[in-house]
Amino acid sequence: MKVARKNSPEQSSAAPIVEAVALRKEFGELVAVNNISFSVSHGECFGFLGPNGAGKTSTIRMIYGLSPMTGGNLYVFGLDITQNARTIKSRLGVCHQDNNLDPDLTVRQNLEIFSRYFDMPLGVAQSQAASLLKFMALEHKSDARVMELSGGMMRRLVLARSLLNSPELLILDEPTTGLDPQSRHQVWERLAELKARGLSILISTHNMDEAARLCDRLIIMDHGGILVEGRPFDLIREHVGHDIIEVLEPPPGLRQFVRLRNLEHEDLGHRLIISTEDGNALFREISSEYCKEGCIMRMATLEDVFLKLTGRELRE
Amino acid sequence: MKETISVNLSARFLRVWERNLVVYRQNWKISFVPPLLEPFFYLVAFGVGLSALVGNVSYRGSEISYMLFIAPALLAINIMNNAFFENTYASFVRMYYQKTFDAMMATPLSLEEIITGEIMWGATKSVIATAIMLAVISLFGLIRYPEGLLIIPLSLLGGIAFGSIGMIFTAIVANIELFNLPVFLFITPMFLFSGTFFPVENLPGWAQNIAILLPLTHMVNLTRSLSLGIVDRSLLPGFFYFVVSCIVFFPIAIHKMHRRLIK
Repeated sequence: MKVARKNSPEQSSAAPIVEAVALRKEFGELVAVNNISFSVSHGECFGFLGPNGAGKTSTIRMIYGLSPMTGGNLYVFGLDITQNARTIKSRLGVCHQDNNLDPDLTVRQNLEIFSRYFDMPLGVAQSQAASLLKFMALEHKSDARVMELSGGMMRRLVLARSLLNSPELLILDEPTTGLDPQSRHQVWERLAELKARGLSILISTHNMDEAARLCDRLIIMDHGGILVEGRPFDLIREHVGHDIIEVLEPPPGLRQFVRLRNLEHEDLGHRLIISTEDGNALFREISSEYCKEGCIMRMATLEDVFLKLTGRELRE
Repeated sequence: MKETISVNLSARFLRVWERNLVVYRQNWKISFVPPLLEPFFYLVAFGVGLSALVGNVSYRGSEISYMLFIAPALLAINIMNNAFFENTYASFVRMYYQKTFDAMMATPLSLEEIITGEIMWGATKSVIATAIMLAVISLFGLIRYPEGLLIIPLSLLGGIAFGSIGMIFTAIVANIELFNLPVFLFITPMFLFSGTFFPVENLPGWAQNIAILLPLTHMVNLTRSLSLGIVDRSLLPGFFYFVVSCIVFFPIAIHKMHRRLIK
């Protein structure tokens, strides 16, 4: 594990864009982030998954310099965050979890005024705002107040705002929470486009579909630590398998069958979930022998991995 | 987590100030109404209506009309209110409900610059309102020039002090309702008892001792002297009172905001 790194501003593109070493965050007695290490490479989309309170947002807030870390080392663009927060922030785009658009301003002003926080000259701010409004399909709302926008439009505006300074790293904290499917897909499309252009992206999410779709690599966090790290597809194969068979109201005979065959399964009482590498033959057998209905087979997903690793208890 | 304040403060605070100016300019016509009308109402009600009962008031050894007595107090109250209310209610709304500060903190702006920009904006509102009010009161012939013009730079200094005090409350109150406490325990008593509508000397001795500690008492003294064309060494204690207030309260405001927002 590399610990000491120099703070040279010019790093080769092979150097990680974010590198955390034994990163720690405490709030009084509570350890929100417990000595985690990870690194994000140039051009990569890296995901943070985890239940509420897992430490995702705390980690992300340390990366964009909002929250001072309690321990460890954190380098963004090869620069130590404790020494270079302002420089790092000038090269980042942040899309917050809460809507913090400026309700006192119009859509266009939201972008123009925000550019000024980056010390961009007025002319550049105006042209940048215009091109981002176009990219996010918000041109027709340029002069509207933020409060007049739909949830999806607000999200796109937040995303536009995070791109004003042409960031080298985009940080997204739950970018599609609370959006309807249409809006969600529109945001995903834009993100995929940005990723294709080579932008490095860091994303925290509860949405497994989103993570599987966008992330090259991700970590699943719980209780401040990292449970697993890897590519979404590999994680599914490694931790769950290929297929999932779900049986509603499983008869006693099926439970015995599963135990005898030594199948990997989870028994939720009213529902039995069996994971397997090749589900076809098994599914035929189970559906003909044990259940006439209420029995389905599907592909294993990241959600199965997530629930297997973090459990099914509510986090409130 | 001790951090020095000076390190993170640059001229970038003007960006935050600029943001507030842009918003202000959108409804400046409405913002101009209170400082235009307030002196009219007060001067008519108190000056015309009440002065018949009150007659003249003695101030610094000479008899002056009641209108002449209260007009500068209106300016002083106006300096206090504009900065204090801007940096309490309005700043709190931006910080707490609109999350404007959170959004700003993800840019190269530092917390110190955001708070400085807010306080300087509060002081700017004091200056704008003072200039308007000064013009209105001048129509009644109640200001001596050129000495009276010094009230404008004074409103900037006073605005920074009152704004910093307001910002300290903004950093510590849990919710917006709690501003009622400083307003009714601090602002309203000052409004009434700081030599505004009657001389401090009319108060009982113990109350005079309290009044002399209050910022508005000093502000009223300064605006009243300047309005009457008095510029001499008697203004120095009041002036230093506000310089020291800025030096003390401004860093406290930033420190308290740090504790509230950086976690």
